[in-house]
Amino acid sequence: MLVGKIDRVGRIRTLHGDMGVWHKYTFGLAGERFFRTLAEKRVLLAPRCETCRKTYLPPKIYCPTCFAELTVWVELPPRGYVETYTFLYEDLEENRLTEPVAVAFVTFPGVEGGIIHRLGEVRPEEVCSGLEVEAVLAAERSGGLQDILYFRPSRE
Amino acid sequence: MMKPQNARGVPLKDEDLKVGKVLTTEWRVKADYAWDCGIAIGRYFDGLKEGKILATRCRRCRRTVVPPRIFCEWCFKPMDEWVEVRDTGRVNTFSVSYFSWDMTPLEKPEVPAVIEIDGCSPGVGFMHLLGEVGDNLDEILRRVKVGMKVRAVWKPADQRTGAITDILYFKPEEE
Amino acid sequence: MERVAVLGAGMTRFMRRAQETGKELAWEAARMALDEAGLTLKDIECVALVSAPDAFDGVHMKGEYLADGAGATRKPFMRSFVGGGSGVFAIIHGWYHVASGHFDTCLVVAEEKMSSTMPHPQAAFNTIYDQFTERPLGVNLLWIFALEMNRYMQVHKIPLETIAQVSVKNKLNGLDHPCHQEGITPGPDLTVKDVLDSEIMVWPVHRLMVSPVTDGAAALVLASERVAKRMTDKPVWIEGVGWHLDSSYWTNRDLYYPKYVEYAARMAYRMAGITDPRKEIHVVEPYDPFAYKELHHLEGLLLADKGEAPRLLEKGVFNRDGDLPSCPSGGLLGVGNPIAAAGTMKVAEIFWQLRGEAGARQVARPVKRGLAQAWGDLMQVGTVVVLGR
Repeated sequence: MLVGKIDRVGRIRTLHGDMGVWHKYTFGLAGERFFRTLAEKRVLLAPRCETCRKTYLPPKIYCPTCFAELTVWVELPPRGYVETYTFLYEDLEENRLTEPVAVAFVTFPGVEGGIIHRLGEVRPEEVCSGLEVEAVLAAERSGGLQDILYFRPSRE
Repeated sequence: MMKPQNARGVPLKDEDLKVGKVLTTEWRVKADYAWDCGIAIGRYFDGLKEGKILATRCRRCRRTVVPPRIFCEWCFKPMDEWVEVRDTGRVNTFSVSYFSWDMTPLEKPEVPAVIEIDGCSPGVGFMHLLGEVGDNLDEILRRVKVGMKVRAVWKPADQRTGAITDILYFKPEEE
Repeated sequence: MERVAVLGAGMTRFMRRAQETGKELAWEAARMALDEAGLTLKDIECVALVSAPDAFDGVHMKGEYLADGAGATRKPFMRSFVGGGSGVFAIIHGWYHVASGHFDTCLVVAEEKMSSTMPHPQAAFNTIYDQFTERPLGVNLLWIFALEMNRYMQVHKIPLETIAQVSVKNKLNGLDHPCHQEGITPGPDLTVKDVLDSEIMVWPVHRLMVSPVTDGAAALVLASERVAKRMTDKPVWIEGVGWHLDSSYWTNRDLYYPKYVEYAARMAYRMAGITDPRKEIHVVEPYDPFAYKELHHLEGLLLADKGEAPRLLEKGVFNRDGDLPSCPSGGLLGVGNPIAAAGTMKVAEIFWQLRGEAGARQVARPVKRGLAQAWGDLMQVGTVVVLGR
């Protein structure tokens, strides 16, 4: 019988290897329009389904509820709200961060969905659900989520 | 009327990505693995290090197989014994490769083959490379025949680590 | 068991690289299928999706990611996968949903966006090989096909020219498919000589004998008899399904004949009440990722004796105007190969052929029953569906 206890622990073999792939993603038709408009015009747009009366983030070319093609895009309200938030204390490699990083799910009135991003220019004790925030854009934009540096508490 | 009609899809060329006609973003998955060889392959590798090819045998199905496994996938019971088989065999099929694993062209073609190993059940063997069979397609096709006898060429004992590459390749052997 | 009909089919263009995300590709195909079926998303009770491993699109939990593009938001949803066999497996999976009586309608979606894989999808494909006994040899996915092709040729003494004819037939057929991948066929005057002159990848496989890397999606709408009768005068019934898996120890099997395809075919024929497939199947779409595979699979499907398919090909039996037209769509060689979606494209072709809607691709003989087959993994899986009117 070959199945049994392992009696030669020192002889256990392990083989090391990796997957050897990385990925290059296109943004897609909706993503292209969203991020190009942000980069070139400094404006956040989102598509709207007139049948379902819903505006969607992240942007899509179809309504997930009725499957209609979405061709109408509207400008997002200038301010959003922190729906929920958390603080990060470690990076992806489990190294401790010097300062905790606040990350929030930011929603906008009348829009289904929202944007997940960092919060900046805010003290940890100021962060709360319902906090009104605005996007801070990078001076040099290349087309991507990094064109938004973070959301900060809105200024009047 | 011909279906499909009005199919959608926006094709891109490599150039489009290079010149930034469309936005792209990249991600590198850090996926490293430490695979436990398992009971069967662990012992198989031990055998290779010693210059032996080890197989396992199911008495009920009367099959001796490489690469070895601890259970018979036909009758689903544990294998009955280990069997040392020969390091000779016959070519079941072969091919001639001009590309490496990531599709970069090779300078000299490689000759992957399935070798039926002597001592195993008929038709049973494993994949490896053939060597000393020529450097170009014509030579290789003249030298290599399905059914021809081959023998393993091993790394020197002190260079073997317990891996399938302890066998460098199989070379033709005269009948 | 309920009778299940196909009401509509849809697909995207097949492209080397699509701008659309996987979600968008899925929606484009699904939307077209729904429109053809005359249904809305509200009418769809469940979704069955197939897509190749997450490593290709580069999105973890890819099924869940694609779900909203596949119309599955807040619906019962299942994803399955059997390599290239998935394209036909998707229909089998969907068929189960409706045949069981559990659902009246099912949207079947197949999607692939493999262009995201860098440096080349091969790098992900190669992990199909055993990491201990095969990968250290520096394997390339083409090896296993070349090894199988050579074995098939050697056992039956098939000349390379005959296999090259499959490439010519399918690539020329594919020119009539509106969705064929740009550049997949060098031109309308392609000859056997052109195929044999094309670059040797892994001998005996030449470049024009291999299907390309492709992004694309395809979809079908399935419905129970009750719904089908209300929606259309031309329902196409799923009369038989079959699927079978062999072991991953591919070097312990003789590759000259795909037994797993035969077992899958027998299962489908038994269900459909077919006893003489050569007479009762009028049009066939066997899986053709490589030219030799079409012949290999025609034999496994019992539509030709072992070793006989090459001779029938030469006689013209498998041409669009032949007795048993095979790959009238152009197949993977003529349209493209988005892994999970290619088989679904073949089912869609049989669907359109049976309804007389294939236009320039319509086969000459009258057709009431057709078969689509897909294959996958380490020379392992056969999936078969028989459709009939």
